[in-house]
Amino acid sequence: MLTYTIRRLVLSVPTLLFISLVIFLLLQLAPGDPMAQVPLTVPPEVKEKMREALGLGQPLHVQYWKWLVQMFWVEPKVFIDWLTTSSALLGWLPDTTLYQGELRVISWQTRSPVMDLIVQALPQTLTVVGTAYIVGILIAIPIGIYSAYRQYSVFDQAGTFVTMIGFSIPPFFTGPLLIVIFSVQLGWFPFIYDTTHRVTDWPSFVTQVKQMIMPVMVLALQTTAQISRFMRASMLDNLRQDYVRTARAKGLGEAVVVMVHVLRNSMIPVITIIALGVPSIFGGAIITEVVFSVNGIGSQLINALFANDLPLVMTVTFIFAMLIVLFNIIADVLYGVLDPRIRYD
Amino acid sequence: MTNPASSPPRIEALRDTEIAKPPRSQWRDVWDQFKIHKGALMGGGFLLFITLAVLFGNLVWDVDPKKLDIRNKDVRPIYTAIWDGDAKVSWARPLGTDNLGRDHLAQILAGGRASMAVGWAAMVLTMLIGTAVGVMAGFFRRLDGPLMRFTDLVLSLPILPLMLVAVTLFRQPLRANFGPETGMFILIVCVIGVTSWMQTARIVRGDILALKEREFVLAARASGTTARGIIFRHLLPNVMSPIMVSATLGLATAIITESALSFLGVGFPSDFPTWGKMLADAVPRMQEFPERVMLPGIMISLTVLSVNYLGDGLRDALDPRIRGR
Repeated sequence: MLTYTIRRLVLSVPTLLFISLVIFLLLQLAPGDPMAQVPLTVPPEVKEKMREALGLGQPLHVQYWKWLVQMFWVEPKVFIDWLTTSSALLGWLPDTTLYQGELRVISWQTRSPVMDLIVQALPQTLTVVGTAYIVGILIAIPIGIYSAYRQYSVFDQAGTFVTMIGFSIPPFFTGPLLIVIFSVQLGWFPFIYDTTHRVTDWPSFVTQVKQMIMPVMVLALQTTAQISRFMRASMLDNLRQDYVRTARAKGLGEAVVVMVHVLRNSMIPVITIIALGVPSIFGGAIITEVVFSVNGIGSQLINALFANDLPLVMTVTFIFAMLIVLFNIIADVLYGVLDPRIRYD
Repeated sequence: MTNPASSPPRIEALRDTEIAKPPRSQWRDVWDQFKIHKGALMGGGFLLFITLAVLFGNLVWDVDPKKLDIRNKDVRPIYTAIWDGDAKVSWARPLGTDNLGRDHLAQILAGGRASMAVGWAAMVLTMLIGTAVGVMAGFFRRLDGPLMRFTDLVLSLPILPLMLVAVTLFRQPLRANFGPETGMFILIVCVIGVTSWMQTARIVRGDILALKEREFVLAARASGTTARGIIFRHLLPNVMSPIMVSATLGLATAIITESALSFLGVGFPSDFPTWGKMLADAVPRMQEFPERVMLPGIMISLTVLSVNYLGDGLRDALDPRIRGR
């Protein structure tokens, strides 16, 4: 298992390199000009100097190599320095000064390092997306179990219908729909997510929960629809197995048979689906963040795109790609760990 | 050959009591199974209705969706009069008008035509690429490894961000070459097609791998059929059912993706209505005019829901193991 994990991790390096090359070439092929926003009064030779200052004059492979070096050599050094100096977890280690002022990946919009911008936006995305995912799973699993246990019952039919709706209604419609109902008509929740809000005491915690409910529900609907389907199918597969009849025949209670024997076996494929779904929910969060004005990583990507801020776009897209590759590996490894029938070697 | 008259008398139990029915065609069986699934039947019916409505609706409701009628701006839909007697409604504008006085019903019809056109075109492109890759990988052993590694690579690309990047960055040249509407149409269809063929390719490859070991393929090969002939005469007809099922899924995803791109503001030009664009444009004023968000949103959702139900029914109907139970 360990060798398999290591092999997958090693193999992921060329995959990620290829993906980063694709993204880089796509951005380079594109005719968008980062100098388009510069006023026309700026003389051409000054513009040329500005272009060179952004590193645009150099050949493609030099630009790509520099991005690679900045992303995989300079940024980790900054990260390690931060870990040993200011983080709570590893702050006790002796301070390192690996970072010697080399050039980091710089955003063309703000002239600050791209990583700093991402680190600022990440907590918002993670709170909303993470909560939504957990809520979605917690709703989906009981629905899936009960639908499978009472197949073709009214509950199962209703569950199928609701999951169909969850598949079909896009988040950019459920978002405004929830806003119309709960913010405009009922006035229960705010429809703009206040990212500057800090949780200090009980009332501020209530405000935080209130502003999170709607974006979380929008994202959770998609998760619930998908995972409850898988849970139902997986439970149905297992309920027909011989070991279930054996368990019943030896006199185990129905609760033990379903909740211990069947559930544990049914969870194996579902867990891998859960792991595989993590990156896609980040993608779905782009729309939700735009709808509710959450200042997260998705809305940052959109803003950077419209402002032609290629380094930020490149880095954020690459981080999404890294998440996908990472969670693919996690899903495969988990599958092997949980299911003793699966042997990779 | 023995003379039938001289043969021993037939055994009574083997005698046919009625005339044998003509053999039933496969598609007749599929239709009989499909009919049982009420949701699929309704979904198919609704999809047909929507398609006909957006295709021929402008013959019935011949108002120009782009015509500005500033005097009649912000007319509410006719049903608003039920609960609000003072609302500005007009029978000439059954679904109201927008803030520039453009007729909403005509816009929904025109927007639907754009959304459905993109959906169908992108779906066809997706199926073509997916089937081609799947068949090549499944049939030619030498291509299997490279093509499937490539499919895995594309699967691990972050699709939505890359689509946003591609559409934003390639908008200008395509618009300049093909005009704003056609250029965007080509771009969006291509972007959706290029980014969503992978599942189809995997399914088709799996089925082809199993099919090409069967005897009928061996027989075809033995009788000297070329690879081309085997693929088109023997293999493709047999993988039609999974392709059709994933085509319905592809249509649903394509409609949603187009609307999502329009919603994020990277879709068609501003005076060209699509459902996603209408929804996005209406969001800032949805407190006063919630129907402008609701109507296009409901249209997208109902269309996608009906396509999904249709796919569900097709899956059951085309699977011979489920059929006839």
